[in-house]
Amino acid sequence: MKSIVAQELVKSYGKRAVKALDGLSLDVEEGTVLGLLGPNGSGKTTTVRVLATLLIPDSGSATVAGIDVLKHPDEVRKVIGLSGQYAALDETLTGWDNLTMFGRLYHLNSTAAKKRAEELLEKFSLTDAARRPIRTYSGGMRRRLDLAASLIVKPKVLFLDEPTTGLDPRGRMEMWGVIDELVKGGVTLLLTTQYLEEADQLADSIAVIDSGKVIARGTADELKNQVGGERLEITVEANQITEATRLVEQVAGATPSVDLGIRKISAPVSNGSASLIQVLRLLDEAKIHPLDIGLKRPSLDDVFISLTGHVAEVVIEPELGGKSAAKRK
Amino acid sequence: MLQSVSDFLVITKRQLLQMIRIPEVLIFATIQPAMFVLLFRFVFGGAIDSGVKGGYVQLLMPGIFVQTVAFTLAATAVGLAADMQKGLIDRFRSLPISRSAVVIGRTVGDTLQNVVTLIVMGLVGFLVGWRPSSGPVKIFFGFLFLLAFGYSMSWIGVIIGLSVREERVAQNLVFMTVFPLTFLSNAFAPTTGMPKILQYFAEWNPVSTMVAACRELFGTENIFGATANSWPSQNPILMSLIYMFLLVAIFAPISVRKYVRVSK
Ligand SMILES: Nc1ncnc2c1ncn2[C@@H]1O[C@H](COP(=O)(O)OP(=O)(O)OP(=O)(O)O)[C@@H](O)[C@H]1O
Ligand SMILES: [Mg+2]
Repeated sequence: MKSIVAQELVKSYGKRAVKALDGLSLDVEEGTVLGLLGPNGSGKTTTVRVLATLLIPDSGSATVAGIDVLKHPDEVRKVIGLSGQYAALDETLTGWDNLTMFGRLYHLNSTAAKKRAEELLEKFSLTDAARRPIRTYSGGMRRRLDLAASLIVKPKVLFLDEPTTGLDPRGRMEMWGVIDELVKGGVTLLLTTQYLEEADQLADSIAVIDSGKVIARGTADELKNQVGGERLEITVEANQITEATRLVEQVAGATPSVDLGIRKISAPVSNGSASLIQVLRLLDEAKIHPLDIGLKRPSLDDVFISLTGHVAEVVIEPELGGKSAAKRK
Repeated sequence: MLQSVSDFLVITKRQLLQMIRIPEVLIFATIQPAMFVLLFRFVFGGAIDSGVKGGYVQLLMPGIFVQTVAFTLAATAVGLAADMQKGLIDRFRSLPISRSAVVIGRTVGDTLQNVVTLIVMGLVGFLVGWRPSSGPVKIFFGFLFLLAFGYSMSWIGVIIGLSVREERVAQNLVFMTVFPLTFLSNAFAPTTGMPKILQYFAEWNPVSTMVAACRELFGTENIFGATANSWPSQNPILMSLIYMFLLVAIFAPISVRKYVRVSK
């Protein structure tokens, strides 16, 4: 069964503005994770806001957990959890205050709300910070609490808008762990990200969007295959480039591309590891010791560039405030 | 129905919690009007010859009370704009709560804050010679009137807060509108000195009718009003009630509509 279906969503902000969504369609199978991957301004947040009943599209339709988003938004709100792009918490209140408040707003009784807050704080390693106001939290802590707030009543469908933007590598790994666990628990997840690696890591299937449209859809592997197969890459000393290039060509059967600046030779190969061993042997016989050698499958970055014609921008966003300045390049 | 009541109470409680978590906000919100009382009492009090029994402070207190509760609009607007900016309103909108819970919770919360402010101001006023002389029942109604007026003004604040979405803009906009409104009135000085046209404006001004009503309820002759002899200045209590009713009847539905459709 499909847990999320969006059909031909169109949305423009203001009268003359460009379309933030331009006929976007997607669907997510129940219990799976869809990674919505796109550069700044491609319409990720707008999509999430429409599906989470916050924004009414100009045209198109959508259902979440089988419920029509436009006709029965109140029903949809009962089954979704949303953690937006920027942590949305009451800064003056403590973590505990926030969670119990949201618990009450999800109509738990007072005891249940407290119990749930306790559990979630524990689960997200925030117990120690529970009695501190949010404004003293780090970006990662805010993010975790924000996610906790969207899990108070176990949602059927969860929307996470760039859950790891602004987190350091460790924070990101932790967040991935948490998300993994949620998915194992059976929630359907729509996750947006600018990090190709993240989509690769977390999503069962990926929709690449650009200018408000889905421009490619598939598993990470399918998308990578769309761009081409593996490449052999080796880096050698400058004076060995010519010889090494000749050897690589011999194995690959195609003219390698050479980047003299970083002394890297690369060529497409069909039978990856066999070619790798063969090249290594030839290099060894020629007494060339590569500084680096490896097989590279096309990354999602490559996919991205070949699909959109531009590089995915990775913008380091400040934790809070100055939103608009950081958002658009 | 019960559910919606509990929803808005949670939002109101959140505001009370904020007061506990950052007491400075409430302290300053209270010190400011208390300071106004002292300033006006001792700076103008000597210069203005009131001619009422008990002196200028009897006329002043209702004026300052009304000015203060009129500014509830500011608290509401700024608070909502901040919530908007931080994305909290979006989060509330994604929850299965009644559509009016957030805005009702906010207006009620701001009114409760007024209770504290009015008590402190009343005490400061008493210390500097304010003596309401109408008996406990009327005095009680006087304060109830003030709270009700603050509550109705608060609904304008909702619309401002949800429209400007930016704390500082909300702040400036409110000060630009409410300050002139409170001074173009009979709150601090007689309207007789104003050009005729402004006198009419001042007498129809809800601030004036409120101040006149409160002077009546607190038992002081309103010698600062009724110069142009307009209907509102002669029926201040009734007129104030009409104004309050209109404010809520017009702005509350617009506010709720706005909240439902607002998008960041
Ligand atoms: N409130 C708004 N008013 C006007 N234009 C908007 C508004 N919100 C978004 N847009 C525009 O709509 C387009 C899509 O924005 P959206 O926020 O959905 O992109 P995004 O993919 O989430 O980008 P990011 O990665 O920066 O978060 C952008 O061109 C943006 O400028
Ligand atoms: Mg976004």
